[in-house]
Amino acid sequence: MQFCCSGCKTVYQVIHDAGLANFYKIKEQTDADKQAALKTGRAYDALDDDEFLASYTRTINEDLSEVELYLQGVHCAACVWLVEKLPLLQTGCLESRLDLARQLVTIRWNPQTHKLSEMARALDSLGYSPHPARDHDRRRARVLEDRKHMIRLAAAGAAAGNTMLLAFALYGGMIDGIEAGYGHFFRWVSMLIAWFALLWPGRVFLQGAYSALRAKTTHLDVPIAIGLLAAALTGTVNTFTGIGDIYFESLSILIFLLLAGRFVQHRQQRWAMDSLELLYSFTPEYARVVKGNDIVESALEAVQLGDVLQVLAGEVFPADGVVCEGESYVDSSLLTGESDAQSKSKGDVIYAGTTNMSATLRMKVEASGRESRVGKLMSLVETFGSRKAPVVQWADRISGYFVLVLLFLAALTCLVWYFLDPSQAIDNATSLLIVSCPCALGLATPLALAVATGRAARKQILVKGGDALQHLSGTGKVFLDKTGTITEGKVSVVEVVGPKDMLPLASALESHSSHPLAKAISALNPHLGSEATEVEQHVGEGIAGVVDNQRVRVGTFDFVSKLVNSDAAIEYGDNSKVSELQAQAADWAQSGLSPVWISVNDQVCTCLAMGDPIRKDAKRSIETLQQLGWSVAILSGDHTKVVDHVGSQLGITNEDNRGGLSPEEKLSIVEEWQAKSPVVMVGDGLNDAAALSVASVGIAVHGGAEASLAAADIYLNKPGLKALLELVLGSRNTMLTVKLCLGLSLLYNIITASLAIMGIINPLIAAILMPLSSLSVLVLAFSSKAFRRAL
Amino acid sequence: MSVIYILLPLALVLVILALWAFIHAVKTGQFDDLSTPAYRLLIDDEVREAKDKQEGDNQN
Repeated sequence: MQFCCSGCKTVYQVIHDAGLANFYKIKEQTDADKQAALKTGRAYDALDDDEFLASYTRTINEDLSEVELYLQGVHCAACVWLVEKLPLLQTGCLESRLDLARQLVTIRWNPQTHKLSEMARALDSLGYSPHPARDHDRRRARVLEDRKHMIRLAAAGAAAGNTMLLAFALYGGMIDGIEAGYGHFFRWVSMLIAWFALLWPGRVFLQGAYSALRAKTTHLDVPIAIGLLAAALTGTVNTFTGIGDIYFESLSILIFLLLAGRFVQHRQQRWAMDSLELLYSFTPEYARVVKGNDIVESALEAVQLGDVLQVLAGEVFPADGVVCEGESYVDSSLLTGESDAQSKSKGDVIYAGTTNMSATLRMKVEASGRESRVGKLMSLVETFGSRKAPVVQWADRISGYFVLVLLFLAALTCLVWYFLDPSQAIDNATSLLIVSCPCALGLATPLALAVATGRAARKQILVKGGDALQHLSGTGKVFLDKTGTITEGKVSVVEVVGPKDMLPLASALESHSSHPLAKAISALNPHLGSEATEVEQHVGEGIAGVVDNQRVRVGTFDFVSKLVNSDAAIEYGDNSKVSELQAQAADWAQSGLSPVWISVNDQVCTCLAMGDPIRKDAKRSIETLQQLGWSVAILSGDHTKVVDHVGSQLGITNEDNRGGLSPEEKLSIVEEWQAKSPVVMVGDGLNDAAALSVASVGIAVHGGAEASLAAADIYLNKPGLKALLELVLGSRNTMLTVKLCLGLSLLYNIITASLAIMGIINPLIAAILMPLSSLSVLVLAFSSKAFRRAL
Repeated sequence: MSVIYILLPLALVLVILALWAFIHAVKTGQFDDLSTPAYRLLIDDEVREAKDKQEGDNQN
């Protein structure tokens, strides 16, 4: 059996020994993405801390406690199966339930016989590293709120369905005649149900309107509440007197439709909050503190400035600091977007959130938690994350005018009719209040946006805010991050010069190194028999060893040519001269590719160009975007020359392309442009997070860091820039639908209002027009073309 | 037709029962996680070995 890494192999052994080998069968059936196991091998001692246990776990009884943990790496049905088999693997664990969507596992265990750290180690041994889920109370409150929404919707739905059934009978009676006894009976029952709908699920609108009025502001709840109350009161009076129309079926259907719209919106917001919380949980919370000769695992809050931490290969640095012992490669693509790993040795600065790639390091802490660079970026994301969507602001703003105009018209109607026919004055004024309830208006925007969002999600485009779609439907400036957005985000061998039969040797050798370039080289020839021996790694230079009895060196030119006898070994194989190769290598360096040299038996023979290839669909997508009127530019943390090279290949004008930017600089550029036109920022790393959240529209692309995912308004969950194009076209269609819906609902309101003012609103017309307006908005929203067509 | 005076309240009682059942289901957390149970159904077709473990009361 083949494994991608030793982590996966040990996980396999654990699973196999526990008799859980079915996992791999299920995994094949589910056809899920293959992911490398993220085994950390940590001790999780901090989980046994009394304080931790008191604040994070819940005691059910003496022998049973419960804890919620976020699991990194769960992603498919097989993961659910495996995690829930934890009681078989770990004695003392009684139950394990996984919520896949939230990546949250609930574990019940016996605290008398087993420690929580044992449960955590068992999960870790399966390749899912657990993280304590903070804020149990807030999460609980959110679940309760979800439940409330659902119950309200159900109650409103039941009321709407039943009043509608009664209304059928009453409408039939209008045409064919109905016995007075039945008529009254149906009206009384409808009244009962409608008041139930208004006072229980419909109370949110009354409360919303009340609190808006108390705060001396308006929102769309105010005119809606006026309409609902007017309908309920008129209907009640008419039920008691037995003449005139009851509006109960319209009333309860409207409450249901409005709640359904709000439920969809609420779901979207929940999703955003959940992903932000997940991000917080994945930043490391423990550090190994070196105290004398001992190494103690301690919670990050307890780490002091000046403490020395030990960080193993494969771990994420928990704090900012300076290397004081060891040398290793550090992958900071999460934080800075730089695609190449940098070698770090004594005295170099390390940031929290970057990953230690190859060897154990010791570092001195200079800043941690909120004070660290990643912490500061996160708080930037948080503050900008709380801004309000312009669509909502607009709706709130017009609602004020709406109420004023409505009350003015009602008063006018009353006055005019008082002179024409005093008996009709009050009737016509109230029917005006009822029929111009802006229910369709309140439904139009959120619903059209929610439908588009839902369709987009099925196309793997996750949209968090409707305002993002609004901005994308216009034109403006698009800033693209380079690494991972325009390019694949993974280093691979782009070009080879020199004899290619040396590649298997280099692959075999490089499979011993964890340097990112090495991984790309060893991926060239994955199935090969020869093994490298006498492997020596030189950080920052290269790797040397013996493969098939030949001395092979791979690395920088100086490194591979160090042992070369300059007279003997200038030429090899097909006569390619080293100097020619060097000229080629210099060319590559100009265009941002990194040359890697191979020497065999002290002869320099082959040069590889390593780089981050541009995505195949990038050029066409960018050209189409430009045709649609967007101005496209690149912002990157990578070198300026690399950016220029990529820009010229894609036909992007060079003046606005910027390279070598820090996250803060990206932020200020976006802010600067923001003043002139709508700005769309597309990026994938933590370094883009602040810029993503401040841009009119932040778009995080596939494979991006959790931070960028949380900061962005939109997340493209499929590779390539084609999704971006799909998004822009979809947004145009969505906004078209929104405008149609708004126009239609306003038209309905104007028609019904003028009918009511003229006193020719017949009860049946009102009863048909009111739900019809909501219904046609619904139909229009669902029949929208947005995100329907495949590109 | 006067049977409708009995049938209609009876229908309302049924509505209330159905609503109560749904609310009970929501309050016991049966609608909290709408995606994982679908997977669980697919893969949990073998005999559970750990019979001795106590079943959770599903309060969460």
